[in-house]
Amino acid sequence: MADAKRLRVRVDQDKCQGHNRCKAVAPELFVLDEYGNAREAGDGTVPVGMEDKAYLAKSNCPEFAVEIIEE
Amino acid sequence: MSTRPPATDWATDFDHLDPRWINDPFPIWEEMREKCPIAHTDRFMGVYFPSRYEDVRAVAYDTEHFSSRRIIVRETPPPRIPAPPITSDPPEHRPARMVLLPPFTPDQIKKLEPRARALANELIDKFVGRGKADAAVEYAQEIPVRLIAHMLGLPESDGDLYRRWIKMVLEDGITNVAIAVQAAGEMQQYFSEYVQQRLKNPGDDLISYLSSVEFKGQKLAPENVIGSLRLLLIAGIDTTWSGIGSCIWHLAKHPADRRRLANEPEIMPLAIEEFLRAYAPVTMAREVVKETAINGCTFKPGEMVLLSFPAACRDPAMFPDADKVIIDRKENRHAAFGLGIHRCVGSNLARMEMTVAVEELLKRIPEFSLDGEVTWSEGTVRGPRKLPITFN
Repeated sequence: MADAKRLRVRVDQDKCQGHNRCKAVAPELFVLDEYGNAREAGDGTVPVGMEDKAYLAKSNCPEFAVEIIEE
Repeated sequence: MSTRPPATDWATDFDHLDPRWINDPFPIWEEMREKCPIAHTDRFMGVYFPSRYEDVRAVAYDTEHFSSRRIIVRETPPPRIPAPPITSDPPEHRPARMVLLPPFTPDQIKKLEPRARALANELIDKFVGRGKADAAVEYAQEIPVRLIAHMLGLPESDGDLYRRWIKMVLEDGITNVAIAVQAAGEMQQYFSEYVQQRLKNPGDDLISYLSSVEFKGQKLAPENVIGSLRLLLIAGIDTTWSGIGSCIWHLAKHPADRRRLANEPEIMPLAIEEFLRAYAPVTMAREVVKETAINGCTFKPGEMVLLSFPAACRDPAMFPDADKVIIDRKENRHAAFGLGIHRCVGSNLARMEMTVAVEELLKRIPEFSLDGEVTWSEGTVRGPRKLPITFN
């Protein structure tokens, strides 16, 4: 099995305050609700090639609400 | 402010209205971070000043000990001037905030971008042939004034009135509370008439929206509507005006950054976030309502805390090369829009206005430089108030 590590992103709903930084740096990985608070798109799986964007989203969140899970 | 006794010691007698602080606060905050990271002054009836990111964050997150019922440090405490949700604590905070959020999502703000671009160009048209301009007065301040008036459904021509109120509340009202109270009364009367009118004839504007919106089946109380309108008008203008002005001030002084942005427009979003970090305009305040301690410093009830997001944003423990403006900084968890439940509701609007203002200016006037003395606002919001530039 030559599978690389798969990543998933997750937004902690208790921490997100709607800064929208994740959506700005990685629009494919996040969706916003009508209040502008973010969630991971779908089940949060990060498509191959978008790992850097996932880490950027994490490191730009002022509330430390974006988590990355390595599977 | 020349009549104020100068601050004698930044750790024990700081004064955020001291001319040295107004003109260049960054070395002062650096000194504070090293010598006394939570400073205190007996001025203004007692104020604490955390200068490190982690302490600013701790205060912002702790709504139990630090209340938002007073968010501006003044010489004497005024009667309460509610402007929910910014002056609200849990549990009242949440409903007041939730109703304000939907009109300010990125998608909603995107719809205003064409209007902002047209506005920026109308303003540039007025001075482009002259070879010089006051970029703070003729450009930076006009964009947010007119755009928020447009959103609220108010006449853009009332801009002078709004600027007068803002100065009364945020600057003159710090040392003379009666001035802030007078402005609040005038705004109350002004907005009451519009609310009555929009209840009868609703339009596609924020006054109509706030007058009719419901949260969990409840409409907002009339005083809540007026309070939120007061907030949107005050918070939506001075702050972004300062943010835009600081971008232009930086670009006037740094030709390499200016040219790079003109040649690599794709880094503009990173640059705007970096300007927000390095020149974060807004300092909030909290009132200590229960005694507590942070990093060994006791906070006494009744005293205030200056919650300096600008100082937090310059903390080298959080941001490598914090005092350098790196226009393509990639990891930037800045706190310019605050932290925790009071995150600036207009952050997407502010970003859009700053981006449009810088982009349109660089398109029309790619080369410009400072042309005389720059003056800075004092108090709660920091930005250039006179910003003379010259260009060909």
